[in-house]
Amino acid sequence: MRWVNVRPNRRNSLLLGAVPLLLIVLVYLFVSAERHAANPSDKILPTPGAMVTAMRSLLVDADPLSGHLIFWADTLASLERLGIALGICALSALLVGMVLGVLPAARATFGGLVTTVAVIPPIAILPILFIVFGLGETAKVALIVVGVTPFLIRDLADHVAALPQEQMIKAQTLGASSWQLALRVALPQAMPRLIAGLRLSLGPAWVYLISAEAIASDVGLGYRIFLVRRYLSMDIIIPYVAWISLLAIAMDVALAQLSRRGFAWAHQADR
Amino acid sequence: MSEILTFDNVWLEYGDKIVLERVDLAIAEHSFVSIVGPSGAGKSSFLRLALGQEAPTQGRILLDGKALPPECGPDRGVVFQRYSVFPHLTALRNVMFGAECARARFTARLFGAARRTAAAKAEEMLVEVGLGDALHLYPSELSGGMQQRLAIAQALLARPRVLLLDEPFGALDPGIRQDMHRLILRLWQEHALTVLMVTHDISEAFKLGTRVLAFDKRRIDPQAPHRFGATAVYDLPLTRKSPADIPVPPPEVLRLTESVITNTQDSL
Repeated sequence: MRWVNVRPNRRNSLLLGAVPLLLIVLVYLFVSAERHAANPSDKILPTPGAMVTAMRSLLVDADPLSGHLIFWADTLASLERLGIALGICALSALLVGMVLGVLPAARATFGGLVTTVAVIPPIAILPILFIVFGLGETAKVALIVVGVTPFLIRDLADHVAALPQEQMIKAQTLGASSWQLALRVALPQAMPRLIAGLRLSLGPAWVYLISAEAIASDVGLGYRIFLVRRYLSMDIIIPYVAWISLLAIAMDVALAQLSRRGFAWAHQADR
Repeated sequence: MSEILTFDNVWLEYGDKIVLERVDLAIAEHSFVSIVGPSGAGKSSFLRLALGQEAPTQGRILLDGKALPPECGPDRGVVFQRYSVFPHLTALRNVMFGAECARARFTARLFGAARRTAAAKAEEMLVEVGLGDALHLYPSELSGGMQQRLAIAQALLARPRVLLLDEPFGALDPGIRQDMHRLILRLWQEHALTVLMVTHDISEAFKLGTRVLAFDKRRIDPQAPHRFGATAVYDLPLTRKSPADIPVPPPEVLRLTESVITNTQDSL
């Protein structure tokens, strides 16, 4: 049998998918044990036990200064920033993307502006954001919004503009006005695309969040990682990074489910 | 019979390329006009003009004696070869779309009694085109023929003055196409429709039409072929019409469109 025809079934796919992850964990455990055998106070590759001990103080013991449980306060702060930012991104992208996609005149007027803004590296204007919005929450949220929104707008506007012309003509022959056409024909078909765009934007959004937190913050997952870096606390950094990836995966799965539940018609092809 | 759609010396040009020239036609009410011709002879451009998707460069198009605005409107229904139905709506909602747009200007959605009335009408129309069992299916769950039935039902419920069909059965299997021919002839009779149909299939044109227009260029300048446009070179009224006396196309028309005939054997 040819290799291209070897298709694992669902159960085997899960098993196969777990193999590389398990391998990485095993290799880590092995190397870590080896390093600790040579130097019991090694900080670079902490043992799982060390990680649990280090994390326990952050998870269950309140910080003597602020009285917060540090890990949960960090998580809440980061998720709040990310949630607000992605909410603003989605809403503004939907609004602007729809207008640009549906109205050729709007596209001719503002398309160039959106493209120009989209090519500015967001991190490069982070100083401007800090100067304009101060060092508070607004600047961090603004960085994510500035970074993600232009991409979402362009993606959505292109998608809406590329909807088959036949549908637009048909809707008009059924008596639809511009508004009704946008509301009933373009908007429902834009929604699954917006969710797909948001899923793709989760990666960049996390990058901007961590960057902003690293530079100026007093709470947040990114802030904590960059803070404990000074003490070479890999026993905190590694669990934090794992937690961030878990959160990112959970958000991705949630968005995928939302799209499947809310817009089942768009997913009939990939069943 | 009165004239419903009039083309008065219509020209369509893109830059210095002339697509249609001197199109003078009067379409009578309740006629079924088939439009044939080789590829690039302006059949679809002609239909786009009738649809209002494009405006003529010169000349006038009159619908019921009034100049046609260069925009699509509910007085002309259309069925394309593909993409004529909304993929995000069920069959029933697809057919209700027109009523919802007409009755609810702002939300384009109906609720309560108005919704039930619209749904009942839509269901009746879907049953009439043979989609009574598929009310709540999405277009992607329907076969090609069923999607075209849906598109026709959707267009008919808006009660258009003229129904424009752009190769509506071109993508269907021969067997399904026969069913669709019967359906469209029945609907044409029952709803007293005026139909303009562009087709590549010449036997289909003669089987369905009460009048066949063959589009082609009258003259060709070998140095500048784009400077002469196409027009209706043959205009054949057919009398009708029981399936037994389906006319055989005259040889000159056959020769003209020979290159584009895809399926002659299946419907004659």
